Amino acid sequence: MTTRLQQLYEAMILEHNKKPRNFKMIEGSSHQSHGKNPLCGDDYYVFFTVDDSKTITDVSFLGQGCAISKSSGSMMTEMVKGKSISDVLAMKDAFLHMVTEGATDEEKALLGKLTVFEGVKQYPVRVKCAALVWRALEDALSGSTGQISTE
Amino acid sequence: MLDRSIRDQFPIFSVPELKNFAYLDNTATTQKPLRVVERLRQFYAHEYATVHRGVYRLSQESTEYCEETRRLAKQFINAKKLEEIIFVKGTTEAINLVAKTYVKSTIKKGQSILITEMEHHANIVPWQQVCEETGAVLKVAAITDAGELDLDSFKSQLDASTAFVSLVHISNALGTVNPIKQCIDLAHKAGANVLIDGAQSVAHERIDVQALDCDFFCFSSHKMYGPTGVGILYGKYALLDQMPVYETGGDMVETVTFSGTTFQKPPAKFEPGTPAIAEIIGLGEAFGFLNEVGLDNIKAHEDELLAYATEKLSAVPGLRIIGTSKHKSAIISFVLDGVHPHDAGTILDEANVAVRVGHHCAQPVMRRFNIPATIRASFSLYNTQKDVDQLVAGLYKVLEIMQ
Repeated sequence: MTTRLQQLYEAMILEHNKKPRNFKMIEGSSHQSHGKNPLCGDDYYVFFTVDDSKTITDVSFLGQGCAISKSSGSMMTEMVKGKSISDVLAMKDAFLHMVTEGATDEEKALLGKLTVFEGVKQYPVRVKCAALVWRALEDALSGSTGQISTE
Repeated sequence: MLDRSIRDQFPIFSVPELKNFAYLDNTATTQKPLRVVERLRQFYAHEYATVHRGVYRLSQESTEYCEETRRLAKQFINAKKLEEIIFVKGTTEAINLVAKTYVKSTIKKGQSILITEMEHHANIVPWQQVCEETGAVLKVAAITDAGELDLDSFKSQLDASTAFVSLVHISNALGTVNPIKQCIDLAHKAGANVLIDGAQSVAHERIDVQALDCDFFCFSSHKMYGPTGVGILYGKYALLDQMPVYETGGDMVETVTFSGTTFQKPPAKFEPGTPAIAEIIGLGEAFGFLNEVGLDNIKAHEDELLAYATEKLSAVPGLRIIGTSKHKSAIISFVLDGVHPHDAGTILDEANVAVRVGHHCAQPVMRRFNIPATIRASFSLYNTQKDVDQLVAGLYKVLEIMQ
């Protein structure tokens, strides 16, 4: 495997692809969205339960797509649970910056283990795979359309 | 098999970084032989001028080169008349042209247009639009689990209300070769005219539009070793003559006054504005190339590759071929257990193998087989068994990483 490919398919990513966490629907979730990449067929729903203090108390995702999109969804759910909406939106901005331009040290600190997705930056056509659930998160938590498409 | 000298005529394969490049996305577009590239360069560098309008020699020669392509196209698909060959941008424009002129002006509310479940989006959406605008009904003939056209379904939906049939010759997503002669005869018996989408067939199968008796046939230059941006619409002259005009502008008119305009006869009637002159001339060169290699030789070569690739791919664990029609072109769509096609595509790219992954602009086919996408390897005259071996080795790499 080339180094570039190793950086894309890190062991942690492959493991989350095989065993995605929080891969289910939340009945009665307070916020949700449906994200699609029409060109490649990645297709996920994200669900959030947000309490009165704007903290995410529960989160899940469900759908189908490639290893990058699925592991991104899985790790997103692990990372945002228990955090406030504003912290999560900041994390989303840092994540999108990391996979497009590259993350600053501050952003890396914010992202923690999500920096495993840094390698995606070298594959421009795969950026939207990694970004999809985060775009859906943004849509769900900003309470807008409930449906997003990356094309 | 065709010999290696064919591959050597394609400069892309001598780019140092692409030395062991297995280009298996020929269904999307084919690479260009040097003679086509050189023809474009020569024309732009030394022969360039507009067509039709010039009284000067250079323009007359440009016109003559373009008309030579028309002659070659006529001969290539055995049209009866030169005037039946229309230059368009490609297959998509050709289908839209027929939908928005001939079909839209003749179809009546309640009548139907029949297509199949294996069509490319370009042979679905224009008909949907016509139906929306006219109150006609779009009917869809089913496909079988093998990806073949279900002829019973096709027949059962053909009746006196069928105004038009549009059908793909070779499915880009499945490789299925449809029994188009039989479908055309059935449609004619029911009183409907037929368009054949020949985008995937024209560089791989011998086409004889008179023997087929199809009413329209269309294809793109870039899928047959020619330049992008140009294609051919064939139509029976009587139909072309009575059809309303499509786009309007210069060149396609006889007399223009502010109270009205009279139009030229076909083909000029459908060729407004300055055409893609260089591309048309390049397409002529591509016809020359295909004639020289010979379609029978090409077909024999590709059939052999199809058999070899089918055998090798079938041996890969967890690989399932989607589209197992008895009559198949050298297009193999497949899925791998537990691996999303996009991951496979990225890993294959690192192994210098270019395949297409996705829904291939045929989402209904994906739904029919209940899959989000496939990996598609499609072959052409410059591909070799080594390309197949490289693909298979790449797939083992995919399995190693992803499983």
